[in-house]
Amino acid sequence: MLSSLSITDAHRKLKKKEISAEELVQSCIDRIEKIDSSINAVVFRNFDSALKEAKKIDSSGIFDHPLTGIPYLTKDNFCEAGVPTTACSRILQDPVYIPPFDCTTTKRLKNVGAISIGKSNTDEFTMGSSTETSCFGPTSTPWDTTRVAGGSSGGSAAGVASDECLFGLGTDTGSSIRLPASFCGCTGLKVTYGRTSRYGVMSMASSLDTIGPLAKNVEDIAIILRTIAGHDPYDATTGNIPVPDYPKHLTGVIKGMKIGLPREYFIDGLHTDIEQATKDAAKTFEKLGATIIDISLPHTEYALPTYYIICPSEVSSNMARYDGVRFGHSIKTPKHLIDYYERVRSEGFGDEIKRRIIIGTYLLSAGYFEAYYRKAQKVRTLITNDFDEAFKTVDVIIAPTSPNPPFGIGAHQNDPVAMYLEDILLTPQNLAGIPAISIPSGFSKKNLPIGLQIMGPHWEEGRMLNAGYAFQQATDWHTRKPPL
Amino acid sequence: MTKLTLDQVRHLAALARLTLTGDEEKRFLQELTDILKYVEKLQDVNTEGVEPTSQMNQLQNIYRPDVIEQQHIKPDDILSCSPLPIIEHQIQTPSAHG
Repeated sequence: MLSSLSITDAHRKLKKKEISAEELVQSCIDRIEKIDSSINAVVFRNFDSALKEAKKIDSSGIFDHPLTGIPYLTKDNFCEAGVPTTACSRILQDPVYIPPFDCTTTKRLKNVGAISIGKSNTDEFTMGSSTETSCFGPTSTPWDTTRVAGGSSGGSAAGVASDECLFGLGTDTGSSIRLPASFCGCTGLKVTYGRTSRYGVMSMASSLDTIGPLAKNVEDIAIILRTIAGHDPYDATTGNIPVPDYPKHLTGVIKGMKIGLPREYFIDGLHTDIEQATKDAAKTFEKLGATIIDISLPHTEYALPTYYIICPSEVSSNMARYDGVRFGHSIKTPKHLIDYYERVRSEGFGDEIKRRIIIGTYLLSAGYFEAYYRKAQKVRTLITNDFDEAFKTVDVIIAPTSPNPPFGIGAHQNDPVAMYLEDILLTPQNLAGIPAISIPSGFSKKNLPIGLQIMGPHWEEGRMLNAGYAFQQATDWHTRKPPL
Repeated sequence: MTKLTLDQVRHLAALARLTLTGDEEKRFLQELTDILKYVEKLQDVNTEGVEPTSQMNQLQNIYRPDVIEQQHIKPDDILSCSPLPIIEHQIQTPSAHG
């Protein structure tokens, strides 16, 4: 099956004309048509346009860029010109929102000939950890379809893991690439804040949002990152900092690398299989010549409450734009403008969005702002200082991605705080703005995938990716395929 | 520290331009109380003398010339996304006065 190829392998075959871009795209389409009804990863199929694009590329016959002719899935909050884009929310349907422009990331991919084949499922406006708040219904992990794919980029993660595409795009505000990568058994990168442009990607919490790739291995991630990273005048938070040739960083040599193992990430309730997999991973790194150093990140336990102040505060502000005036859902016969806003928003938003808007409105109110938001921004400084201090002695940090393997669909339905706790090891990196990658590091006794997180200092994706690459050269967890 | 009331939930919803059903109000009161209780943990942290984070990737102020670009997209393309009537390149909203 061609859709199971890595980008590197597919590129080699395309270049040698052993396969065509059309065959590769068709293979992804066949796979989606065959298995997507059991995982629900794809919410819009853009197959005709993808095939047309593939034929055009085949007729030019030029495959100089490693992403030329490579099919991918885009999370449903990335605007693509002419393609329905709804963030899996009712508020951008009826009439459906069709953006008249491309976001910078898909534009950069289009410029090198990568082929977008459809939109992937997400929690509504990316708010969730399981892809269950999507108005299209939940995405399952391909390893056990009664369990969630993780979220919010669950569609891209499940799509990559089940070979519906060669790579996927996601966003990570407080877990949303790494958690689903871990739950589905693929590789997912959260970049340094500002490394990739967010122009044209629907915002959730602007001081935390990042966009990044999910793929079958670290090598592929490096190729995508080199293509999509870099300064964009349309997103002022992107640094005008040169983009390294990430694939060249992948030497696989990590002899002498100092790797920190933070004791605070081995929390009470950490699943024993995950604890074991993390310790085994540390041993693998030692065998490769790295030194494992016990470190402390003392404010880790405060990261999640800090996140759940900052995130909803920023959400309440960002969601104000959905008012039924410029795009999306509309209602008939409003009494007046305020009535129109209220009915559009109340019909259009799901529960999790409403919860976060109301909490955020509360947290930012006069009288509460100092006690909550300002306090959280101070604790955020302490969390960042922890990482700065740690990176004085270690090159990268490793930890479990999630304390638990994928949970059952509906398990946290009536308990938002329990859902929030799934992100307990994943919000410190967003608060500090550092990069982190989740890579497959084993399986639980129930054959559910386990993820290992590797974190690096700001702008040091290259170093972090090389650690992940060395690990994947020494292990085969990332090559295991789900039983679908 | 703080206990939310049903009236506060209604007031916050109104500020955020949301209308909640009676069931939603009750459910949200409980859920929002749980969330606030969870985040109150932060009050344990001593933050005396700590600067609040305002930026985390070392970038300084970014400036650019204020130039109007219409190369890739025209105002009418953007207006055509509106579900409301377009009159003379403007969106006609429901009356603000009822």
